[in-house]
Amino acid sequence: MATVTRRSGVEDPPGREPRTALSRGAGRGRPPTGGEFWWWMFMRVSGMVLFVLAVGHVLIMHVVDTGVDRVDFQFVAVRWGSPFWKTWDWLMLVLSLVHGVNGLRVITLDYVRRPGVRIALNGVFTITGAVLFALGTIIVFTFDPSRWPGVAP
Amino acid sequence: MRVAQRRMTKKARGFGSLYRGREGQWSWLAHRVTGVAIILFLFAHVVDTAMVGWGPGAYDRVVEVYHNPIVKLLELGLVAAVIYHALNGVRIMVIDFYPRANDWNRQLIYGTTAVFVAAMIPITYLIVKPVFLELF
Repeated sequence: MATVTRRSGVEDPPGREPRTALSRGAGRGRPPTGGEFWWWMFMRVSGMVLFVLAVGHVLIMHVVDTGVDRVDFQFVAVRWGSPFWKTWDWLMLVLSLVHGVNGLRVITLDYVRRPGVRIALNGVFTITGAVLFALGTIIVFTFDPSRWPGVAP
Repeated sequence: MRVAQRRMTKKARGFGSLYRGREGQWSWLAHRVTGVAIILFLFAHVVDTAMVGWGPGAYDRVVEVYHNPIVKLLELGLVAAVIYHALNGVRIMVIDFYPRANDWNRQLIYGTTAVFVAAMIPITYLIVKPVFLELF
């Protein structure tokens, strides 16, 4: 039996039945070159960073202590007094928006067949992401709780 | 080859009816669904967080929505989605960077699911408990 190269790039050992697509759950193969390869790599690298940032964020804001009940303006004012949390939140904003918008693009490649519709849809996703990136960035870096004296520390 | 394929098809047919792709297909679907849910929430979440720029009056009124007990059940769903997507993402990366691990894909999926369920037990308790105390 001929050796079969899987999408993962690993050859099935000779003398063994090549597995069919049905038994393969590994998902999308690595694109060989070009832009798609870099998007593939970006999703994995940003995924690793977001594992820490997003899971950490969710546990801190929604699970520990009294969870989301303790979150209010005062809480954010204290939190963003620290450059560490500002950096955390801004980095998470950038990575999650790009990771998410690219994820949507990958999904449209599967389900939206007409190129015009797909480009329009991805244009909407990209513009939404860009506007929210701008909004989030402006707020994180211009936020000054001393404008509301008496409320913030 | 034909025998193996028939065996695969038979095995696959007995497991769920939607995709017939066994565990890999279900984890793929769950990854997609949780991913879309998270990005759609994120679009709204950036806007609601940006309200801090308009002061305590605006922000506290918006964040009040999150303190609603029914919304907290949705919040639990969001936390579950993020944790599942993160854990399953690690499994995908393990297979991508160590392709040999693909031979244990099924075991890795069950492992991922076990870690997810184990993490969600205390998290569900912590989020749902105040909802019960508030409602009853």
